[in-house]
Amino acid sequence: MTATFSKKSPAPAPAAAGGPRESRRRGDAGGRRMAALLLSPTLLVLALVVGYPVLAGLRESLYVRGEGLDADGFVVEGDRFAGLGNYTAIFSGDRASAFWNAFGNTTFFTLTTVVLETLIGVGMALIMHQAFRGRALVRASILVPWAIPTAISGLLWRWIFQADGAANAVIRQQVLWTADGWPAKFAVVIAEVWKTSPFIGLLVLAGLQMIPREVNEAARVDGASALQRFWWITLPLVKPALLVAVLFRMMDVLRMFDLPAVLIGVNQRSVETLTMIAWFEASNLRYGSAAAYATILFGYIALIAYLFVKILGADIIGDARAATRQRKTERRKKATP
Amino acid sequence: MNRRVLTYAGVAAVAVYCLAPFYWMVVSAFRRPQDQFSNAPVPAPFSVENFTAVFSGDNGFGRALLNSVVVAGITTALTLVIGVFTAYALARLTFRFKNLVLGLVIGTTMFPGISQLVPLLKLFTGIGWINTYQAMVVPSLGFALPLSVWLLTAFFRQLPFELEQAAMVDGCTRGQAFRKVIVPLAAPGVFTTAILTFIAAWNEFLIALSMVNRKEMQTATVAISKFTGVSGFDQPFGTQMAAGVIVTVPLIIVVLVFQRRIVAGLTAGGVK
Repeated sequence: MTATFSKKSPAPAPAAAGGPRESRRRGDAGGRRMAALLLSPTLLVLALVVGYPVLAGLRESLYVRGEGLDADGFVVEGDRFAGLGNYTAIFSGDRASAFWNAFGNTTFFTLTTVVLETLIGVGMALIMHQAFRGRALVRASILVPWAIPTAISGLLWRWIFQADGAANAVIRQQVLWTADGWPAKFAVVIAEVWKTSPFIGLLVLAGLQMIPREVNEAARVDGASALQRFWWITLPLVKPALLVAVLFRMMDVLRMFDLPAVLIGVNQRSVETLTMIAWFEASNLRYGSAAAYATILFGYIALIAYLFVKILGADIIGDARAATRQRKTERRKKATP
Repeated sequence: MNRRVLTYAGVAAVAVYCLAPFYWMVVSAFRRPQDQFSNAPVPAPFSVENFTAVFSGDNGFGRALLNSVVVAGITTALTLVIGVFTAYALARLTFRFKNLVLGLVIGTTMFPGISQLVPLLKLFTGIGWINTYQAMVVPSLGFALPLSVWLLTAFFRQLPFELEQAAMVDGCTRGQAFRKVIVPLAAPGVFTTAILTFIAAWNEFLIALSMVNRKEMQTATVAISKFTGVSGFDQPFGTQMAAGVIVTVPLIIVVLVFQRRIVAGLTAGGVK
């Protein structure tokens, strides 16, 4: 259809000579070469600094370092192929309990912080959306926890959670927050939620501001209560933004390191996460074992992300896809006069 | 009326929630070291002793700040130079596998830092890169580059495409149209991306902690976490809070000045 029209109509400008379809095809060939040229630096760098290490890590996890005896009884130095030895070692004996402890901590932190962050974040967003005066103040203050480096916020909370620190003074109890057990876990959760729930709040606020006022007003006229309006209008419309935020947060907590390491300390059973265990192995030069832990963690993160996207339908590149679609329809519209 | 009061109470609650811990850091930093454990809401005799202690000889904090600026600065500059072209292609050109490429770039952020770090640690030990800037910059590209490509793509997509076409109809080449039309229009987005990437790189801890074991090469975040007190047993919280204020306040000022842009960037990218 495009072609027939362009044949009949005289070319309006030299740029369009040859008809829209042909020029587009030519543009695409140039565009493709151009795209390859522009994309390659990023892809190359990512392949070198992420792709290669991840593959090397997979290989590393199959090797052990150190001395061993070969078949003839000679001492061999250096890396030795161990098959799945590093993995089976993780799941056997003493180290199995350390692993499951770290796995449990990682999962516990992820569940509790993400749920709390989402609740507090949505609450903050609703408050900010309501407030007209004071919105600037809130938006400024909400950026403060976000801007503080995680390691520094770990120190700050370690200071607050001292035995004779501010937290105990406020609750008038003597809790040994940074020592061990559940208080240490809760300290990490509180510090993490403080730092990251404003981020969710900001994203949800952006989603709220996109909702046309009329939708809410129509529902109000129809007699929907505030709670009903929240549940049936606000939440479904905010859901896409919220899901992406939650997905990013989840992937971030699953690899948590700085906060528990600074707030409580490395090699502390109560707060040890999978990243911390892997880091500890690597800092003791047991690279093979560290790589095995890292691989397991990666598998876990990939699984969670996959399930999250499958079950809840979070669409990370949805914007991009929508933009492509829109451009295509626009072009089609332009092509048909 | 009731509703208004409730809203204000909510606003106050949010502000207190966000600011109280930070306020405590500032207050603790301005106490005299001997008042460190006082719980008074304002530092009674105001003192900058903690701040002078931060820069005292054996902490090497000045050098650590410099290291942070160098590492975060180089990381930001590199990712912007590389990322701008890719983001332009992703936002403007039509080609097959576009969403696949974007998905790939985002997908790399799914790898936990540690699975990238372990092999690099081994590699850098082998080639003698431990305790160098490049040992911190190169792994940082792994998280900074996807971040900036993602943000820049989101910003570029909002630019008016027609202007570029108009320039090309007027005789500009694609390169000229990019340089003379798109770059000036995109500058605010690029600037915002630069701030966000710089903050992410400045806050980095795991890589800097693992790749460096010499004090002179530590970045500020690592150095502060390793401050030792006079006795070596009790943690010097006053000094650490003062150092925390020093590395945080410039960031907070930048963030507040460019508040609108940063919020736009965070929500456009949906990043951490």
